This record gives sequence, C-alpha cells and structure tokens, in this order.
Amino acid sequence: MTTLTLSKALNEGLRKALEDDPKVVVMGEDVGKLGGVFRVTDGLQKDFGESRVVDTPLAESGIVGTAIGLALRGYRPVCEIQFDGFVFPAFDQIVSQLAKMRLRSQGRTAVPVVIRIPFGGGIGAVEHHSESPEALFAHTAGLRVVACSGPANAYTMIQQSIRCDDPVIFFEPKRRYWDKAEVDTAGGLAGVPPLEAASTVAEGTDVTVLTYGPLVRTCVEAAVAARDDGRALEVIDLRSLSPLDLATIVASVRRTGRCVVVHEAPVTGGLGAEIAARVTEACFYQLEAPVLRVGGFSTPYPPSRLEDHYLPDLDRVLDAVDRTFAY
Amino acid sequence: MAVDADGAVTAPGPGSLNGQPGPRAELIQLLTPEGERADHPDYPLELSTDEVKSLYRDLVIVRRIDTEAIALQRQGELGIWASLLGQEAAQVGSGRALTPRDMAFPTYREHGVAWCRGLDPTKLLELFRGVSHGGWDPAEHNFQLYTIVIGAQTLHATGYAMGIQRDGLVGENGEAAIVYFGDGATSQGDVNEAFIWASVFNAPVVFFCQNNQWAISEPLERQSRIPLYQRASGFGFPGLRVDGNDVFACLAVTGKAMQAARDGQGPTLIEAYTYRMGAHTTTDDPTRYRLATELEAWKLKDPVERVKAYLVRTGSADTAFFEGIDAEAAQVGKRIRKACLEMPDPAPLAMFENVYSEPTALLREEREQYAAYLDSFVTEEAAR
Repeated sequence: MTTLTLSKALNEGLRKALEDDPKVVVMGEDVGKLGGVFRVTDGLQKDFGESRVVDTPLAESGIVGTAIGLALRGYRPVCEIQFDGFVFPAFDQIVSQLAKMRLRSQGRTAVPVVIRIPFGGGIGAVEHHSESPEALFAHTAGLRVVACSGPANAYTMIQQSIRCDDPVIFFEPKRRYWDKAEVDTAGGLAGVPPLEAASTVAEGTDVTVLTYGPLVRTCVEAAVAARDDGRALEVIDLRSLSPLDLATIVASVRRTGRCVVVHEAPVTGGLGAEIAARVTEACFYQLEAPVLRVGGFSTPYPPSRLEDHYLPDLDRVLDAVDRTFAY
Repeated sequence: MAVDADGAVTAPGPGSLNGQPGPRAELIQLLTPEGERADHPDYPLELSTDEVKSLYRDLVIVRRIDTEAIALQRQGELGIWASLLGQEAAQVGSGRALTPRDMAFPTYREHGVAWCRGLDPTKLLELFRGVSHGGWDPAEHNFQLYTIVIGAQTLHATGYAMGIQRDGLVGENGEAAIVYFGDGATSQGDVNEAFIWASVFNAPVVFFCQNNQWAISEPLERQSRIPLYQRASGFGFPGLRVDGNDVFACLAVTGKAMQAARDGQGPTLIEAYTYRMGAHTTTDDPTRYRLATELEAWKLKDPVERVKAYLVRTGSADTAFFEGIDAEAAQVGKRIRKACLEMPDPAPLAMFENVYSEPTALLREEREQYAAYLDSFVTEEAAR
C-alpha cells in the first residue's frame, strides 16, 4: 500500500498500462514535458518516449479522430481532453465515429480508445472549466462512461478502461485530484471488481444515495453527519454511468425504500432522471417516496464566485434526504 | 520537397496565395480528352497495352455498377445511391496505384476504389439498401467502411498513418494510407486538422481530394478562393492538381505520392480536378442549381471515352475487345442486381448485436423483451 493523490494514482495506472502493453499510446495537449495541466501524465514522456506519450496539436477533434485511426491500426490510445468544456469540438468524432465503429463493422472492428476528461467544478475556474457533460455520452450507445472518485479506484479503473475493447469516456473529478488515500499498486487487477460494477461505500438501511465522481466524498460525509440524526444512509458510488449497475442499485433501494441521486450536472435530462425512471419501474412497490435528485440547476455553470450555490454540498444532500421522509 | 532532421517538410513554392486570380493552375495530364498521350517530366508512365486495357475494363465496369445501382434505386430496391458518374478515372487511377498493404479510407462515393480493392460491389449495396451500415471487413481488402459525416475519415487515415510510423513501416518496404474526400470537405475543421497532424508528424498519408466542382448545390467558389491543391503549401506539404478525368495521370500522380509517403517523405494533397456528372445522390435535382451547358462541356472530357479513343487510335484494341468488356460489365450489372434483389432484411434482433464487445445487461434485457413482444404476435396468429 502506498499513499497517493488521485492525480498520482492515475499517473501510476497509466504507467502500468504503458509498461504492460506496447500498443498503449497516451496523447493530448501538454501531456509530454509539462505532464498535463493536472500533472496526471507527469514523467511519462521522459520514460516512454515521444512516440508513446504524444504532445498533440491543439485541436480536440484531431486528438480523438487520430486516436480512432491509431486504434484501427491496432493501438490503444488514451486521449486527454484538457478540460470538460473542451470536449465538444470532438463531439462528432466521439458520438458519430468512435461509438458506432464496432456496430457499423458488424463487430469486426474494435476501437479501444479511452478519453480522459477532468470534470466538475469547485476549483474556482473560469467558464468552460467546470462542466459535467457525462449524460451526453451516457446517452450514446456504444460508449462506456465511467467516473473514478478516489485514488484507489482511479488506479484500477484507468487500467481496466485501457484494457477494455470498447471505447471508454473516463471522467476524473478534478477537484479531488489532490485527495490522498492508500492505493495497492502491487496487487494487479485480479480480484478487482469489474469496470461496470457499482461500489457500496457506506452501508445503511434508511435511504439509498446514488452518486459518482467528486460527490462520492460529499455523500459519504453526509452519511456520517446523518448518523447524528439517527439516519443510516447507504451511499453507492456508481463508478460506471453507462452501463449502469442496475442490479446493485435496485437491490439497495428495495431494502431502503428511499432513493436520492446526487450529481453536479444539471438535473434536467441528466443521469438522475434516467436512474429515477429505472428505480421507479423496478422498485415501485418498495418506494416510500419519489426518487429525488440533487444536482446543478437548469442554468449554465455560474461564475466561480457563485459555484458554491450551484454545486450540491453536504447540506443539500441532507435536505433531500429529509424530504424523502416527508412523504 | 525536402524533409529536415525534425521531420518537418519543406514544401515547394506556392502558387497564387494572395486571393487574387493567379496564373492558371497547372493540371497534370498524361492523356488528353481526345485520347492522345501527353508527357510530363515529373510523371513518366510506361503502361503496356494489357495494363491500359485492364484500366479500361475497370472504368467500364465501375460505370456499369453505378448505372445498375441508380436503376435499383429508381425501382425502390435501394434507399439512396451516391453516383460516381464522371469520377471513374480519379477513383480507378488512384485505387490502382495502391499496394495490397496500403489502407484506403473512403467517403460514401468511392465505389470505383472499392472495386479496385477487390471488394464485391454487392457489399456496397447493403449500405444503400439499408440492411447494414457497412457489409464488409475493412481488414480483408484494406478498405475501410464508408464515412458519411463529411471529412471525419481524414483524421482516421492520419491516425492510422501515425500507427504505421509506430510500427516502423515507413521507409524500405513501407506502407501508407490514402484518404478520399471532396471539395466541400475541405471546409471542414476535421480535414484541416488532419492536414496539420499529418504535416507536423510527417505521417505517411495521401489526401486525395476529388474536386467534382459541386458540394450538393454549392459551387467550389463557396468553399475556396484559391485552387484547393494550393491549400497544402500553407500546411507545409506538397499539393498538386491532376486531371481527375485522366486515369493515367491519376495513377501516376497517386503512385508517386504514395511512394513518397511510404518512403518517409510525408503527406501530399492531390486535387483530382473532375466533375460530378450526375446528381449528388438519387434524391438530388441538379437542374435547380447548375447549367446544362456546364455538363455538356464536361461530357467532352469523359474519363472512359478518352481511354477508348487511345486504344482505338493506337490500334491496341479491336471491336471484339470493347464488346467483350461491355458484355463483362453487363454480367457484373446482372449479378449485383440479382444479389440485391435476393438480399434478405436483417433479423430484427440483430440490431442489439455488436453495440459493445459483450452485450450489456441492459441490452440483453431489451433484446429479450423485444423478442417476447415479437413472439406475442406469432402466438396470437397461431391462436386464430
């Protein structure tokens, strides 16, 4: 066990993947000498060379489009999109090209591309640096969409994503890059839960709280606080946003009878809406209250001086929990 | 062209880049519309009579496939068809310049290239009939699937070429990629990004632009103020314009550019200057936006007729040869018609396959539910 920040855990996971498979290529803006703006790729170009850790021209569609071409040649590219708000120039390449290649080729062509995207707010950034666009990708068949939440799962999930034969959109909670935790870097991937499995991070009997990425920590803290009110929150880190681990979600809600979904992204048309529909369908007779959502408002992401109002925090999670008991 | 130690390419001097009309762009031509051989110092081309006959055969058959497909669409057997009429020489010339190990990235109009890669044309019909999104194995013929979103494939070809570099297959015994696109595509960001990537990484890729003068209804002037091939100089690699209706020139120019790419000299932009004789697709009506006189002028530059004229002029082929090719083309037409009419619709549940490497739990559930739903009709029917 080693104590690592989330950023360093990703770095170690990428390093392991580069060591394990000569076909892995890391590419993006500033990923070389600089090591990425969040230092996730720090030192990799020095150790693996410029043809495996590639500083690309500054154009996101070009990054993803050429990654697809490399994958067609048998490589496993790992692209870095510098910030969430910069992924949109690559949207066609992701949604129309990457996601559909396997189906269009009737299963003959795999495009194992990983697209890493630092996402979410809370770092006082200027606009387009704090977005949560995951629902746009989860809506697209053919993509796997995952979000790591801490150093330990960041280390394993990045390696699993790179090994996966499907394209993976890999979201990294940027305000948690500096969170530290113990990471087992010696154990390998054997015995690690599959990429599509959710993880129960706090057990409880009263309310199921479903979340992912940066808000896992917030919800665990809410669960601790809720104990003072005598409420046991079961917090599930979804990890995989597409496909969803509905079996784990449904089993929990059937026990607790209450469900709150928490994400930074706007609730309108978001993952919470999808989850609420699925949970309602599967747990209709067990539900004591409607599934509630806590998330961003139906506004563009606000200027950073207002982001504390926009971002769900511990109190807004607990407020929603309280409301599920009002029925 | 020179390549310095960092892999950067020094391009030859540009033509008129100031937006003003410059000197007439040089058109590389090795066979005139009248069927006379022309020489070009940079593109010596020696073809045996058999090779010329074989090019002629491809041109005729490819045109026949196109004619048959249009007819199939008119008869309701295909949803749509994108005709290559007029562009046969650009496609056959460039397609025949490739080695089996080169990889081609097509648009949706590269039926002639597909033919040269050895792809069964009935596979193309699957897409336009609506039974699949692409019925062939890209690896089998080194011919990727058709790409509908304009220009997206230029980045795939460039990335693929970067893979060739990483495989160490540039230089002796090298490989290269070629990517096809049209005049309209040159306005796309992806195409310009592909130019940049290919240039700065010196990737072994040839950009083959068929300038057929029209992007559906929009003329070339809506895409560019300069000849398209001159765009390359701004990106730092050579660009040239070839008579796209001259199969000899397209063969020679593509062959040389591909060899340069395989040898490590980086990308080339080829502008094949041609004309879309038909509609954009079978849903289009070009009489709304272009003049019949333009079409008549281009008819005189027909890519198939000029090879025939050459063969006749040089006494290389007799009537029996031409009749034989026509008969073979008719056979191909007949064969693909039959294959199209016999093509079954896919089973409904096939749509759930190949979304992911393994079906997800959700897809399995949706598939089962839909299968049960379909079965319910069968059961109802049986009960009657």
